[in-house]
This record gives sequence, structure tokens and C-alpha cells, in this order.
Amino acid sequence: MLKRVLSCHNSPHVFAGLSDISISQDIPVEGEITIPVRSRVREFDSSTLNESVQNTIMRDLKAVGKKFMHVLYPRKSNTLLRDWDLWGPLILCVTLALMLQRGSVDSEKDGGPQFAEVFVIVWFGAVTITLNSKLLGGNISFFQSLCVLGYCILPLTMAMLVCRLVLLAEPGPVNFMVRLFVVIIMFAWSIVASTAFLADSQPPNRKALAVYPVFLFYFVISWMILTFTPQ
Amino acid sequence: MATVDDLQFEEFGDTTTSLAANPDATTISIEDPGETPKHKPGPLRGLGREEDDELLGNDDSDKTELLAGQKKSSPFWTFEYYQTFFDVDTHQVFDRIKGSLLPIPGKNFVRLYVRSNPDLYGPFWICATLVFAIAISGNLSNFLIHLGEKTYHYVPEFRKVSIAATIIYAYAWLVPLALWGFLVWRNSKVMNIVSYSFLEIVCVYGYSLFIYIPTAILWIIPQKAVRWVLVMIALAISGSVLAMTFWPAVREDNRRIALATIVTIVLLHMLLSVGCLAYFFDAPEMDHLLTSTAAPNQTVVAAKSS
Repeated sequence: MLKRVLSCHNSPHVFAGLSDISISQDIPVEGEITIPVRSRVREFDSSTLNESVQNTIMRDLKAVGKKFMHVLYPRKSNTLLRDWDLWGPLILCVTLALMLQRGSVDSEKDGGPQFAEVFVIVWFGAVTITLNSKLLGGNISFFQSLCVLGYCILPLTMAMLVCRLVLLAEPGPVNFMVRLFVVIIMFAWSIVASTAFLADSQPPNRKALAVYPVFLFYFVISWMILTFTPQ
Repeated sequence: MATVDDLQFEEFGDTTTSLAANPDATTISIEDPGETPKHKPGPLRGLGREEDDELLGNDDSDKTELLAGQKKSSPFWTFEYYQTFFDVDTHQVFDRIKGSLLPIPGKNFVRLYVRSNPDLYGPFWICATLVFAIAISGNLSNFLIHLGEKTYHYVPEFRKVSIAATIIYAYAWLVPLALWGFLVWRNSKVMNIVSYSFLEIVCVYGYSLFIYIPTAILWIIPQKAVRWVLVMIALAISGSVLAMTFWPAVREDNRRIALATIVTIVLLHMLLSVGCLAYFFDAPEMDHLLTSTAAPNQTVVAAKSS
């Protein structure tokens, strides 16, 4: 409820026509001004600062999970592109780098990648591919492209998990064949998923030029997963 | 002021008649692109080489020069400036790769394929692919050579990727820079007809490295003779592409300097391939020697454990 008191001075030499309209000082004008609000505005009105931490985390986790589902079952939808976020790629990249790194107690001889090397390869690779796509004239925004490329590492992270489990068994050619098969399948899945999202943003005569670096990127990550040897 | 008469179209007749009427007037004759303008006087006739006609006298190339000059107008701090270097279509990239694989004698790679539209897509991604091809093939070949040895623990040598990247990108950028600087310096002393821009040289070098990608993959085969044959073939192809590209640029120069330039270009190319072969790929015979001098009980141990 809002109350306003209006007072207006009568200035006949300026507003000649209004001379007969005068509001005396001691008559307050009051009333109620209500603005019909939609219920959605009231949510933002309370602002996400006031909600519980659990709400915030669950909302972000649900968004990430929904995008994971979109990657696993790639359809031509805009969800990944519209509401991009970089939480998913960060989680995936950290998981992958943790699993791929060599232990710190190892000697110089073990030449596997360090955590930082994997991290740098993933992020700089994604940035380079995004820059390449934009330079070729694609109409996708920088972070949308990073989001898609990061989320499509999900199949390869799953392949890494499977490989680590398989490596717990005894080594041998069968072991290697199983890992090779899993990595190839997941590599193809990553390519298909990312192409489904990224290919439409390029002009048609340059699609192959934009997709090839994505292929190279996931190939290198697959290679790192395949050649991972435990200590 | 222009009168009505001045606005009417006029027939000027043949160039010969107008030249006869006014010998000082300059006339421009535009022929069909199919004909080479053999009646143009000048130093070209003295040399009598067909390449120069193809290089300079072609109307088509003049048009592309004009168009290219209109393209790059954005200042270098805008994104659009760099987009002009990626203004290629898929089929153009394929054509350029094909041109680097099949050097036709007499045809200049830059004139035929690049045509004042040098791109950075090809050089950058060919170098990136080559880096990973060499690193992965090196690891694979070492793994296959040492396969069966119980004492050998396979490690994916990741630092080789960084070393390979440094070597290849340095070669693909610094050598063109040096060559361009050298050509500019010679150009100031001897007037060369053909001169290349820095980006065109980078383009040629980048695409000439493409042949090394299948070569690196085939280097996995652990036979020394096979590897050296591959080196020779790759060097012949990419060396000839480079030589035929740069020969017109140094031809007017002192004979010795021209030859020295071409020899240096090919030599550096050979150095790159031989260096990569030596560093990333273990020699097969050495390890066979080791396994043969070791006691046969090692193979027995391997057989027991598998």
C-alpha cells in the first residue's frame, strides 16, 4: 500500500488554464497503488541469495546432469547451446586429469602426463578449436563452443573409468583388445555428439574444416587414455 | 560542364587506328584470359620463358590481385583482420594439399593454388597433426620394437609431444621468416620479378609439410631400409615443391646465390625429417642386437609368464 500526498501550488501566471484546478494543501490525496505482478517475478524478487545452499547446488547439478543426458543421447537440440555452463567441463576435465596423471612418487622414467599437462591440453585444445571455428566464420559464441566441447568429453571419461577397471585384471593382449574396443566406441560417440551440436553453426562449405580439429582433439585424448599404464 | 553530346557513348575504333592518330596516348588492351599476351614488349621477351607469361601476364591473376588488395582492410587489432587468413573453403584446402603432394614441373604452387589468398588454416593444422603423428608414431614404433622384452616397461613419453611441437612450429614459422627476410634483402639489390609475401611463404612451407604425416605413420615399420626410402621419397616430393616455388624468386639473381638458396632450403627440409626420424624413433637394429645377445632364457621367462 502506498500513500502519496500531493500538493500543488497555483501559479496563475504560468498555467493560466489551470487556475480553476487547485488542490489545497491540507487535503491529502491518498490511495493504494498495486502493480499486478506475475508469480515469476516474485521468484527473482526474492533473489537466489536467500535460498538454501542445497537448493543452489541441486539446481546447478540438475542442469549439469541434464546436459550429460543430452550428450549421451545426442539429438539436435539447443539446450547445450542455449544455457551453457562450464561446470560440467570442469568436473569432467578434473576427473580425467586425476585418473590420467602419473603418481608423484614415480621416477623420471615414467613418462605419463602430469595433471597439469592433461588440464592444459584439454582447455587449450578446446580454446584453439573454438577460435578456429570462429575464424572460419561460424556463428557460435566462444563459451557455447567451449561448453559443447567440454561436455562431449563425457564418453571418453567413462572410457577412462572402464579402462582403469579393466586394467585391474591381468595384463595381456585380451586386456588390450577390450580397452581398444571401448576407447574406439567412446571416441566415435564423442565425435558424433559434438558434431551434432557444432556442425550447424558453420557455413556448409567449411563444415569439414571446422570438424577436423575436433576429431584431432578427441583422438589425442583417446590416445592418452589408451596408452595409460598403471604403475 | 558536360553537354548532351559529351554524355553520348563514343566509338573509339581499333587501338591501332587510335595509336596511329595519337602516338602518345596510352591504350589498354584487354584480351581473353585464354591468350597469353605475346606482343607485350619488355624484359620478358628477352628471357622467352613461358612461366613468366603465366605468372604475370594472365588477366585472371591481375583480377585476383585487385580483389586481394581490397580484402585486407581491417586494422590488425580487430578480429576481422585475422578472419581474412581463414577465408578458405574445404575444397580449396584439399586442392592445396593435392598440389603439395603432386608437384607438377613448371607449375608454381603459390601461383596455382594460393593465388593471393594465403591461409593460415592449412599450415597451423597440418603442423598440429604432424606433431601428434610424430609423437604417437614414435611411441608406437618403440613399443613394437621392444615388444616381447620382459625388461622393457612401456611408458607413453609425453614430453616428446612438447619437443615435437616446438621443433615443428619453429621450423614452420622461423624458416619462412628467415627466407622472406633474405628474399627481401636480395630484392633490394637485384630487381626480381616474382616476390612473395611472408604469409605466402608460410603457406607453402605449411602445405609442403603435409607429406610427412603419412611418412611419420609409415615410420612405425621397424625396418631401417624402409624408413630411409620413405625419407627420400618425402624429401623428393616436398623438396621439389619448395624448389619449384622459390626458383622463380631467385632466378634473376647471381647464379651462385640462387643455387645456394635452393640448396639451403632443401637441406633444411632434409635436416628436419632426418632429425625427427633420429630423435623420435629408436633404431631397430640396436635393440635386436640387445635381444639376440641376451640369453635365450629371457624368452623362456616371457613364455612362462604369459
